[in-house]
Amino acid sequence: MSAFKDTMVITQRQLRLLTRVPEVLIFSTIQPVMFVLLFRYVFGGSIDTGQPGGYVQLLMPGIFVQTVAFTLAGTASGLAEDLKKGLIDRFRSLPISQSALVIGRTLGDSLLNIVVLAVMGIAGYIVGWRPSSGVINVAIGFIFLLLFGYALSWVGIYVGLSASDARVVQNVSFIITFPLTFLSNAFAPTTGMPRALQYFAEWNPVSTMVAACRELFGLENQFGATAGSFPSENPLLTSFIYMLIIMAIFIPLSVNKYKRAAD
Amino acid sequence: MKSVIAEDLVKTYRNGAVRALDHLSLDVEEGTVLSVLGPNGAGKTTCVRILATLLRPDSGRAMVGGIDVIKHPEKVREVIGLSGQYAAVDEILTGWDNLVMFGQLYHLGKKQAIARADELLERFSLTESAKRPIKTYSGGMRRRLDLAASLIVKPKVLFLDEPTTGLDPRGRQEMWSVIEELVKGGVTLLLTTQYLEEADQLADEIAVIDHGKVIARGTSDALKKQVGGERLEIVVEAHNVSKTMEIVASISGNKATLDEGLRMISAPVSTGATALIDTLRSLDTEGIHPLDVGLKRPSLDDVFLSLTGHAAEEKTTEEEVPSGRRKKAKK
Ligand SMILES: Nc1ncnc2c1ncn2[C@@H]1O[C@H](COP(=O)(O)OP(=O)(O)OP(=O)(O)O)[C@@H](O)[C@H]1O
Ligand SMILES: [Mg+2]
Repeated sequence: MSAFKDTMVITQRQLRLLTRVPEVLIFSTIQPVMFVLLFRYVFGGSIDTGQPGGYVQLLMPGIFVQTVAFTLAGTASGLAEDLKKGLIDRFRSLPISQSALVIGRTLGDSLLNIVVLAVMGIAGYIVGWRPSSGVINVAIGFIFLLLFGYALSWVGIYVGLSASDARVVQNVSFIITFPLTFLSNAFAPTTGMPRALQYFAEWNPVSTMVAACRELFGLENQFGATAGSFPSENPLLTSFIYMLIIMAIFIPLSVNKYKRAAD
Repeated sequence: MKSVIAEDLVKTYRNGAVRALDHLSLDVEEGTVLSVLGPNGAGKTTCVRILATLLRPDSGRAMVGGIDVIKHPEKVREVIGLSGQYAAVDEILTGWDNLVMFGQLYHLGKKQAIARADELLERFSLTESAKRPIKTYSGGMRRRLDLAASLIVKPKVLFLDEPTTGLDPRGRQEMWSVIEELVKGGVTLLLTTQYLEEADQLADEIAVIDHGKVIARGTSDALKKQVGGERLEIVVEAHNVSKTMEIVASISGNKATLDEGLRMISAPVSTGATALIDTLRSLDTEGIHPLDVGLKRPSLDDVFLSLTGHAAEEKTTEEEVPSGRRKKAKK
């Protein structure tokens, strides 16, 4: 019970940080909104989607997934910062549950995602995004996105605890997330990629997430070489399995690493 | 009873390449203050981190408040307070936010956490800046807040790692009086410092460490005795130097030495104040008026020098190059 309370105190701290430095919240939302606008108007005209409603329908799930994928970097650099300032030492010298700090942080970062996704959804709506699947499916889609972000923030905890320097943490996070988001179906169909990359792209968790969201938002997915493969037939299930795998690996790994940060 | 016991602690970093602690042993009697005195890199922080459950030693044993640090770190955390070398508080949050948060993490309950935060802010003269983010605090305010955070639940054993490093003389004085008050309240304190006068001022006992080992320990007086007795020091005008040296030598029974630059004559004396009075009388008879005169007990600097062969702070100047020091070097 007290472990739960400790966690809530840490989560509250994460939220309070946002109110004390509103810039963080502003820039965490401006960036994805900027992506929405850029992709919508720069590539929107040149990509023939064959879908009703145009490119923006395909784009939005891609940008949502990309944005939650960057939770990894946010969690990692926030934690690295606390480590550097010695704040983690103070937390670790307190008689509190040792996992409260990391769990609280992942929860706090997920709450930030709720705000960011909401703002993006509104921005998307303004530029023409109209999911056609009904409120419930859209809501499930957003919950799915939040879960994905939550799973990745555990990877972020691990990265944040592993690297020695905040700038290294930034770089490592980007090295993990950039290829995953671009070697995917997020912004353009994978059909134009070399065959080997297509396989990677279809199995890439970012792609399965994007495909799952498109399905939930009432769109049809297009597949190239891998049409008929397991992930393309079951994007929702595949994504869910990916999340479970990520959490099953990184929660124990990160908690353990945190507890032993001493040695 | 001993509140802190460290036995044979060994800690290496980088797979043994750096030996931070090399069979370090020390203990602190309940309700007393031990100052761990050592230069940069001596192993002070490593020692404190091990005792405060943040670091596991490679070998050795440590007990805090009667509890084994390695076997039951979670129980040790209930009886200790720690203020690390660098103030470890959330820069973005306000002082009040920080203390309330830590209070809640000590399971005080929101109301009590708030009451305790207000009380501590008042006590550390931070009430006025309570609602400002820490990043706007001065170094001294930060340190005080950090100390306040380690006192939320009255700890039995308190660890302070270089509590006054980086503070100006006034900040240091303030910190000292806060610490003295805590000690009166009965806390057992282990304090590290590079400042010899700080150890002298605050500690019941001093453990001098260098290269991860305790190289001497005892009261400040005992350590000073170890280095030698008192010295008589007299500064006179240039034309009186040779006559004064004769007088000093005859009264002390030892060879007098001269610091040419300062025109200071000094010699070890065994009779203390008597030697001083005799010397002044003789000088007066000769019509010599000293510019300055005193009986100097060896400082802990002398202790350090004689124990380690190098001055305590000599490394500091190499490693940190704050602007203030650079000026000094130019002179
Ligand atoms: N994480 C680390 N990795 C490698 N070496 C380390 C690490 N921490 C400390 N050391 C080394 O261990 C030795 C003891 O360091 P420690 O920080 O305990 O000294 P200190 O007495 O606290 O010094 P200071 O007065 O500068 O704070 C030093 O040589 C230091 O370089
Ligand atoms: Mg240190």
